[in-house]
Amino acid sequence: MDIDLITNILYAMIRTGTPLLIVALGELICEKSGVLNLGQEGMMLMGAVIGFIVTLLSGSLLLGFMLAIIAGVLMSLIFGLITMELSANQVATGLALTIFGTGLSAFIGSDYVGKPIEGLDPIFISGLTDLPIIGRMLFGQDLVVYLSFILFAAAYWFVNYSRPGLVLKAVGENPHAANAIGLPVFKTRYLAIMFGGAMAGLAGGYLSLAYTPLWAENMTAGRGWIALALVVFASWKVGRVLLGAWLFGLASILHLVFQGLGFSVSPNLLAILPYLATVVVLVILSSNQARSRLVAPMSLGNPFYAKG
Amino acid sequence: MKQNPSPPRLTLRGISKQYPGCLANDDIHLDIAPAEIHALLGENGAGKSTLMKVIYGLVKPDYGELLWDGLPIEVKDPAHARKLGIGMVFQHFSLFETLTVTENIALALGDDAGELGPLAEKIRSVSEKYGMAINPDREIHTLSVGERQRVEIVRCLVQNIKLLILDEPTSVLTPQEVDTLFVTLRQLAHEGCSILFISHKLNEVKALCHKATVLRAGKVSGECIPAEEDTTSMAKLMVGDDTPISTTYPKKLGSTPLLKISDLNLTSDDPFGVHLKQINLTVNAGEIVGIAGVAGNGQEELLASLSGEQRCQNDTIHFADTPVGKLSPDQRRQWGLAFVPEERLGRGAVPEMSLTENALLTGFLSGLVSKGMVAWHKAEAFADEIIAQYKVKTPGRHAQADSLSGGNLQKFIIGREIMQNPRILIAAHPTWGVDIGAATAIHKALIKLRDQGAAILVVSEDIDELFLISDRIGAICDGALSPIKPTPESSIQELGRMMAGDFNSPTCEQGATP
Repeated sequence: MDIDLITNILYAMIRTGTPLLIVALGELICEKSGVLNLGQEGMMLMGAVIGFIVTLLSGSLLLGFMLAIIAGVLMSLIFGLITMELSANQVATGLALTIFGTGLSAFIGSDYVGKPIEGLDPIFISGLTDLPIIGRMLFGQDLVVYLSFILFAAAYWFVNYSRPGLVLKAVGENPHAANAIGLPVFKTRYLAIMFGGAMAGLAGGYLSLAYTPLWAENMTAGRGWIALALVVFASWKVGRVLLGAWLFGLASILHLVFQGLGFSVSPNLLAILPYLATVVVLVILSSNQARSRLVAPMSLGNPFYAKG
Repeated sequence: MKQNPSPPRLTLRGISKQYPGCLANDDIHLDIAPAEIHALLGENGAGKSTLMKVIYGLVKPDYGELLWDGLPIEVKDPAHARKLGIGMVFQHFSLFETLTVTENIALALGDDAGELGPLAEKIRSVSEKYGMAINPDREIHTLSVGERQRVEIVRCLVQNIKLLILDEPTSVLTPQEVDTLFVTLRQLAHEGCSILFISHKLNEVKALCHKATVLRAGKVSGECIPAEEDTTSMAKLMVGDDTPISTTYPKKLGSTPLLKISDLNLTSDDPFGVHLKQINLTVNAGEIVGIAGVAGNGQEELLASLSGEQRCQNDTIHFADTPVGKLSPDQRRQWGLAFVPEERLGRGAVPEMSLTENALLTGFLSGLVSKGMVAWHKAEAFADEIIAQYKVKTPGRHAQADSLSGGNLQKFIIGREIMQNPRILIAAHPTWGVDIGAATAIHKALIKLRDQGAAILVVSEDIDELFLISDRIGAICDGALSPIKPTPESSIQELGRMMAGDFNSPTCEQGATP
């Protein structure tokens, strides 16, 4: 295998892993608050279609990304209203949100399928981009990839070292106890849900504005589900989300790698690798009950009713 | 307690709170002076919990006002209460198991918490000052129940506290731990902190509190100075005049072993579970054996292996001469076992099912099912009979199990088991949360079943109850069982030591509990 091939694989791995990383960070924060939102796919698609249309009409990528994020947040607010105010089942609501987002984005975007836009360009950092092997991977990417590095570091600090992060974990573990000591359960969960929506919108926008700058129906192609698996794979630890996102990114370009090496393996077969990895991690986690009970946020998926 | 010239720390005037279908608080008046330990006495459902939630800002009263240091105030939420200097120790702890002691306390303190390092130091020094040493770096799930309570108390103490509310704080402690807690509380009161001590244990109130307010059915039924009353007169205030409150039962010793546990060792799968260590126990026909212990010392595991939820080696458990270790719960029930689990909703009864259906769940073995079909009229008659005999307060057999109060549901579950005439009855916390009148009825039913020749094993945290009904008594600690002694030869002090794991010391009496 020559250096060029490795450089390209690493570059593509990060690029493919970036939308996964962004959505998974959002979902992880959301789940840390005890809310399981299965609507990632729907929120991503809405972000993708809105971002694409806005950029196509205005010519501004910045505006496109901003509205993609807003679209994701609005979608997550639908989820928030239904699960928090009306105490509906989170799983059912999340699934409905995905179906809703898939349909609505296809409807809104039907006139824009296949139209071209100028996508986001990579930014080269002089000196660093030319480093062998890792230069292209870490310093030859576009702005959103760099942003994902910053988001990752911020999320890592937030969950592990900040006071609001502590509140987030407390709310996700035992919302009743959190309420009893005066922590704002509703506000925390709303913010976490909205952050999840914003990240899904951004990741969706990244797909239609940078990764493949065009709109196609259902273009997220299951990345929202992979992100959900990724959070479990990472056993709700921010650090492992980064590792997982890039690994999953690598898995989804493996067929190109194999082609480069002269094998031919069906990409469909390779597409199951992330899920297979998730199942393996789940089995490892649940083999030790002591660990399995402490990894997931304890009240994940449970609605919170304020009493009194 | 002398009359203090300064205004009371807290005054409640005419507090009323209506819930759908029940008036939880009806025109409550209460004064707590600085440095006073004030008891709030009452049975379950008397309105104690609602009242303290009003004080702590968790519940808004419909009428009435609160005065804090003489000034009217509206407590908006718990955070506001804490700012005023009100701290509360809950019966069900409000701690986060996966976080450390310091993180838990930092959460409660809000923005005042500051850096975790200095806070940990403060926690260490405060906890040592009040004789409740805890390590601030440990995660909550590694702590015992008693230690968790210390964390809750220390959490209140690191703030500038003026009123500490404790909700049934002694129910999870050994007698020795109770003594330690009382020393701490007296020290706190001496320093000027007011304490509202919520309890239904009269001897504790008598030992600790300066004043008491008694609630019954949402109203203040009396006020007294506990030191000048005897427990019977306070109990009358709590339950009213017409309920018989205490009685004694003759002790008996059975002869033929019916339930025999030999060398039972069990490794728990649950990370927070307890391993059973070399348990040996015999319960004879016609006797009640009581097992005391602080929650989480292996009771659950022991009960699960007896009921059949947890299988074990076949010859470790015998019913009479039959080895049953590998039998399933309903095979054991067919043999004549009845079981009253600790959790009423979820294990003792299905919350969403009617009383008839719940009666059927364990009663199906006694003729309620014929040829695979449910005989509904028989099941309904059975449910009606339980309701009538055990005076279960319910609209009827169609009521859902979770619509009943805890005590009433417990009467129903106990009735369901006893009326099947079991040969062995295993009951966990038979009267937990049940009012005195109903508890007496349950005790009488257990004694009657004993006199009919059943072998009964009662696991409870209520030592007074165990001394009242058990013929032989022992304790479980960290998965090991103490020697079982005839009740008249044991004492509360000895049992307390056994609950703390000291099984061997001679039965010398030392410093009786005040």
